[in-house]
Amino acid sequence: MSDRRPVTERRMPGELIDDFLVWEVLHPGAQGVVYRVTGRDTGFPLLMKVPRFQSADPAESLLNYETEAMILPVLSGPHVPRFVAAGDIRRLPYLVFEQIKGQSLESQLVRCPLSAVEVSTIGAAIADALHSLHRQDAVHCDLKPDNVILRPTGEAVLIDFGLAWHARFPDMLAEEQWFAAGSAPYLSPEQLLGVRGDPRSDLFSLGVILYELATGELPFGMPASKGGLRQRLWMDPDPPSLLSPEVRPGLQEIILRCLEPQPEHRYQSAAHVAFDLRHPDQVQLTSRAFKKEPAGFFTQTRRWWKAQVSPIRPPTRVKRDFDAVPVVMVAVDTTHADDERQPVIQRATRQVLSLSDEFRLVCVSVVKAAPLGSDDTATAEHLDHLVRLRDWTAPLGLPAQRLSLHVIVAADPSAALVEFARQNNVDLIVLGAPRPTQQALAWWRSVASSVTANAHCSVHVVRVPEPRQVAVPA
Amino acid sequence: MLLALLADLHGNLEALHACLKHARDSGATKYAFLGDFVGYGADPAAVVEIVQDHVARGAIAVQGNHDAWVAQSGRAISPGAQDSILWTREALSRDAKAWLSSLPLCLREEAVCFVHASASTPERWDYIEDPAAAKQSADAAGVPWTFSGHVHRQMLFFETPAGKMSSFSPVPGSAVPVRRNRRWVAIVGSAGQPRERNPAAAYALFDPERETLTFQRVPYDHLKAAQKIRAAGLPDLLLWSSR
Repeated sequence: MSDRRPVTERRMPGELIDDFLVWEVLHPGAQGVVYRVTGRDTGFPLLMKVPRFQSADPAESLLNYETEAMILPVLSGPHVPRFVAAGDIRRLPYLVFEQIKGQSLESQLVRCPLSAVEVSTIGAAIADALHSLHRQDAVHCDLKPDNVILRPTGEAVLIDFGLAWHARFPDMLAEEQWFAAGSAPYLSPEQLLGVRGDPRSDLFSLGVILYELATGELPFGMPASKGGLRQRLWMDPDPPSLLSPEVRPGLQEIILRCLEPQPEHRYQSAAHVAFDLRHPDQVQLTSRAFKKEPAGFFTQTRRWWKAQVSPIRPPTRVKRDFDAVPVVMVAVDTTHADDERQPVIQRATRQVLSLSDEFRLVCVSVVKAAPLGSDDTATAEHLDHLVRLRDWTAPLGLPAQRLSLHVIVAADPSAALVEFARQNNVDLIVLGAPRPTQQALAWWRSVASSVTANAHCSVHVVRVPEPRQVAVPA
Repeated sequence: MLLALLADLHGNLEALHACLKHARDSGATKYAFLGDFVGYGADPAAVVEIVQDHVARGAIAVQGNHDAWVAQSGRAISPGAQDSILWTREALSRDAKAWLSSLPLCLREEAVCFVHASASTPERWDYIEDPAAAKQSADAAGVPWTFSGHVHRQMLFFETPAGKMSSFSPVPGSAVPVRRNRRWVAIVGSAGQPRERNPAAAYALFDPERETLTFQRVPYDHLKAAQKIRAAGLPDLLLWSSR
């Protein structure tokens, strides 16, 4: 360790630190003080975070700083602040990054309980942000309303990576049981047992946030002791619908699934949580959805007793294969059900799905708007397409929770498919190439080419094999 | 300055060429060879010559157990290595053996310690396979960065705030920040005989200014190296890298 003690964290307005001019304190946090700074022409406002060395535990402040200084520079995308600079850890540790314009989720808590629509909208935005983070091989490990900023556009931005974990970097916090102040209500059970680096821990914390937004209460309260913290290893929270009648079975299913004590019983991907929050009608309901009260006294006592007598072990399998739980979208033409491409697309879909145990299949049919029919006719037609879509998926034999069906009315099918895929964090689009009979149609005008060109993800274009042309001698 | 760290070349000329080219293309300006230049492989003389050439131009080289065994007249301690030691003694000139024998076991340069095995009693050729062994080596080295070979598996050990050591399996190609406020023991992996079911040669690049360490895996014509080993009559047992 260096024997050079870092200088004090106190900075004065007007002070120049390397390239940066210090302005006012924006946030006197427990681990670090955040200042507004200027001095580099980045095109966005800047913050400087300086770790506290006169806090209760200076080593912890420095460790959080070191972790964030390691992880933030390699993160990218709209869901994290952009990294700008870091000071020398021995001389003058600081981090300069983008100031996110928006509202802290913490500031929204006074309005709780929120409407189910708002809970789902905010929740899906946070799930999108988590998905983006998890795909970059990182886990936040300290998700709570303080650490979420909602942009005016509705996107969520995650901040404070002082406790984060990254697959490509050594984990300085391993074997240390440090939890940031104010994080206790949001911690996952496995984190309590010292497991770091499981993205599903973030999904548990998201479940706590959803619960709080929907009911105004914390599912496990504000534990003050280690014993209180451990309650989540065995205790059932009150079902959210008990506290707020606004919570419908679909939302309750999502929240309680996120709050499962065992990671393998939760959602396996943040993208799947976002998907369910955006399509509550497609959520596969289980007994969780209809719970009216927590498990009975005897069940909970039994779980508690089990937790006392058998030492609780952390889960042996930490999920780190972030791409193993893909969302696959298949475009099905329900207007031309006799299309010769259908069985070929079906076979291709089956092959793609066989590569993963934890996929989610999203079947989409884009139909043209009915020309000036009554609402009833439009609804009947919509239902008709849904029935055909269900019929199309039947031979795949998928359990309902892996499948969702969507009929989208749009004039431009390729734009509709691309947009739907983007909104729903789709990893792979499966769709048909132009039919052999459409060969006169230029490829560049086809839906397949337009989707391939504009999609944010991979596209699997399925073609009906042409019969081989054998040259017959004259 | 970018420092290339190569260990356990084991007479594998193809792997050495591939690593040196990769390092050069990545901008390496300095080289450190962390022992075991010979043994197992079919080109000990050519490999020693290349390392000597680099040392003449300022590179660092420390002695490995195979280098010591080849240069002495005694038996190898590792039973599997005995046949290859005898073969290598025949294949090397007197001068080459004298040079191997003259190499230091451990070298310190500023904040870095170079050693084939453990910096604590390097002549015992202890394997650094767990945090406790890494801590012993770091304690003896007394500097922030200790770079070693010998284990044939890329590994990074780092000091936790409690003063203990913790281990990390590095991901090739990712620059890991290795700040000098804590101590690090890196096993750079084997260029000539990796034992991780992946025949690609292993080495690492250290950037002392940025304080980053990047572990690398470099594919090369390992089948050719294996074929030379067979042609030389060296035991198949030793064909780790082509498995």
